[in-house]
Amino acid sequence: MTTILSIRDLRKSYADGFEALKGVSLDIEQGEILALLGPNGAGKTTLISTVCGITTPTSGTVTVGGHDIQTEFRAARRMIGLVPQEIALEPFEKVWNTVRFSRGLFGYGSDNARIEEILRKLSLWDKRKNAIKELSGGMKRRVLIAKALAHEPRVLFLDEPTAGVDVELRKDMWEIVAELKKAGVTIILTTHYIEEAEAIADRVGVIDKGELRLVQDKNTLMAQMGKKQIEVMLADPIQAIPDSLAVHNLTLNGNGDALVYTYDTQADRTGITTLLNDVAQAGLVLRDVQTRQSSLEEIFVNLVSGEPA
Amino acid sequence: MNWSAIAAIYRFEMARFFRTLAQSFLSPVLSTSLYFVVFGTAIGSRIQEVEGVSYGAFIVPGLIMLSVVMLAISNASFGIYFPKFLGTIYELLSAPVNFIEIVIGYVGAAATKSLFVGLVILVTATFFVDIRIEHPFAMAAFLILSCLSFSLLGFIVGIWASNFEQISLVPQLVVTPLIFLGGTFYSISMLPPVWQTITLFNPVVYLISGFRWSFYGLADVPIGFSLLAILVFTGTCLAVIGWIFKTGWRIRS
Ligand SMILES: Nc1ncnc2c1ncn2[C@@H]1O[C@H](COP(=O)(O)OP(=O)(O)OP(=O)(O)O)[C@@H](O)[C@H]1O
Ligand SMILES: [Mg+2]
Repeated sequence: MTTILSIRDLRKSYADGFEALKGVSLDIEQGEILALLGPNGAGKTTLISTVCGITTPTSGTVTVGGHDIQTEFRAARRMIGLVPQEIALEPFEKVWNTVRFSRGLFGYGSDNARIEEILRKLSLWDKRKNAIKELSGGMKRRVLIAKALAHEPRVLFLDEPTAGVDVELRKDMWEIVAELKKAGVTIILTTHYIEEAEAIADRVGVIDKGELRLVQDKNTLMAQMGKKQIEVMLADPIQAIPDSLAVHNLTLNGNGDALVYTYDTQADRTGITTLLNDVAQAGLVLRDVQTRQSSLEEIFVNLVSGEPA
Repeated sequence: MNWSAIAAIYRFEMARFFRTLAQSFLSPVLSTSLYFVVFGTAIGSRIQEVEGVSYGAFIVPGLIMLSVVMLAISNASFGIYFPKFLGTIYELLSAPVNFIEIVIGYVGAAATKSLFVGLVILVTATFFVDIRIEHPFAMAAFLILSCLSFSLLGFIVGIWASNFEQISLVPQLVVTPLIFLGGTFYSISMLPPVWQTITLFNPVVYLISGFRWSFYGLADVPIGFSLLAILVFTGTCLAVIGWIFKTGWRIRS
C-alpha cells in the first residue's frame, strides 16, 4: 500500500491562542476510507482545513501524494477535493455554472462531458439550469460534492457529509462514497454518526481535544475493544436469576424471558460453555441464543469519556 | 500561472454583472442626466464658461471619474466580500491559485465593469453637451488606470470589512468628500488661495486634473504630477494587497 496523505506533528493555534491541534500525526493509505470521529470542537474541521489550505498550520508538515502543502501547494491542492461542513454556495448561481467554476479554479478547462457525468452521478442533472437558491438542502449538499469532484481529486475530504440529511440521502451518500472508493479515490470523512463510520469506513480515527486518540482498522478495533453479549432466550419466563448462575453476572431482561451474558472477546476463556451447562443444570429450557457485538458507538463513548481531561 | 482560474473568477464576476445588465446600464445614464439637469443647466447657466469651456462640458471628466471611482470601489469590495460573507471563500483558499491570480480575477472584473459604466456616461454626456477629447490615448490611460487602482482599493476594503456597513464606510466617508472637493464641479483656480494650497493635498485633484487635461488641455496641476500621483496610488494599493496575502490578514485563520 502507498501512503497518499502524510501528516506529521501538525499543530494549529488560532489567533486567540487556542490550540486546536496539538501535534497530530497520521498516514492515510491510497484508496482507503478513514472516518474521523470526535465530539464537537475536537478539531476535526481544523485538521481538514489545515490540510486543504484554508488555515495555515502553526507547525508540522503535510504532504499529499508526496507534495508539501505549503511549498508545492499547487500540486498538493490539485489532488484534493473538499466538501465543507457548512453549506456555502452563491445563491444566484446556476448549478452547472458553479461546477464549471470549480473546475476552472483548479486549472481545468470546461469539459461538458465530465461535468455532465458528475451531475448525473449526483442526481443533479435535472437541476443543472436551476439557481442554487431553488434547491433543497440535500441537493445543495450534493452540489458541494459535485464542486469538490469537478477537478477529479485523488483525495476527498467530506466534513460531516450526512449531518442533517434524511435516511434516503444518507444511503445515497454512502453509495457515492463506495463508488468513489471503487474508482480509487481516498476518502476522509468526519461524522457524528457512529453507525456511519461502522458502515463505510476501513479505518477509524478518534480525535478529542486536538489530539488523535487512536487510529485503527475498524474490524480490529471492534474485535479488540468490543465486548460481546450472548442473549439466552428462555422457553418459560422466570422471576429471578437462580442462585446457581450468580457467578456469571447475568442480567435478566424486563419480561423475565432472556438472560444476558457479557464477555470479552479477547479473554482466554469466554466462559460460554460453562454458562450454557449451568443454565441447563438450573433446569431452564432454552428457546434461542443470540450474540451481539458492541458497536463503535460504545467503544467511542468509553474512549472519550474514559480518559481523564 | 493558473490562467483558467483567473478566467473562472473573471467570468463568474462578470456573470453577476450581466444578470443585472439593464440596471448596470440604466443607473449611470439616469444619474448622469440628473447631474446635467441640476449642475449643467441650473448652476451652469450662471457659471457659463470655465477657461473657455462651457460649464456643462467642463464637468464631464469629473462626472465620469466620480462614477468610475465609486463603482470600482463598490464592485471590487462586494466581489471579494461576498465569498467571505457566504463562506464560499473556502473554495478559493483551497484551490491551486495564488494571490496574484485571485487579484487579477476580481480586480480585473471590477475594473471592467466600472470602465463600461465610464464609457456609458461619456456617451450619455455627448447628448447634452459638446465634448472634445484632445488627447484620446491619455484619456484612455487615465480612465483605465483609475478603474484599476480604485478596484484595487475596493478589494482591500472588501477584505478589511467585517460587515456590510463597513463596505460603504470608505466610499462614503472618505472617497466621496475627496471627489467632491477635488475639483469635480469646479476649477481649483476658482478657490481662494489658501484653499488652493490645501486642496493640493487631496490626491483626487491630480486624478481629475489629469483626466480633464486629456479632454480639454486644461489642468489645475502639471500633467506629470497627475500621472505620478495615480501611479503611486496604484503601487501603494498593490503593496498593501501583497502584504494582505502574505500574512493572510482577515482571510486565512
Ligand atoms: N477561526 C477560529 N478561531 C478560533 N478558534 C477556532 C476557530 N475555528 C475553530 N476554533 C476552535 O477550535 C476548536 C476545534 O474546532 P473544530 O471546528 O475543528 O471542531 P470540530 O471537531 O470540527 O467540531 P464539530 O464536530 O462541532 O464540527 C474549537 O474549540 C473551536 O472553537
Ligand atoms: Mg467540524
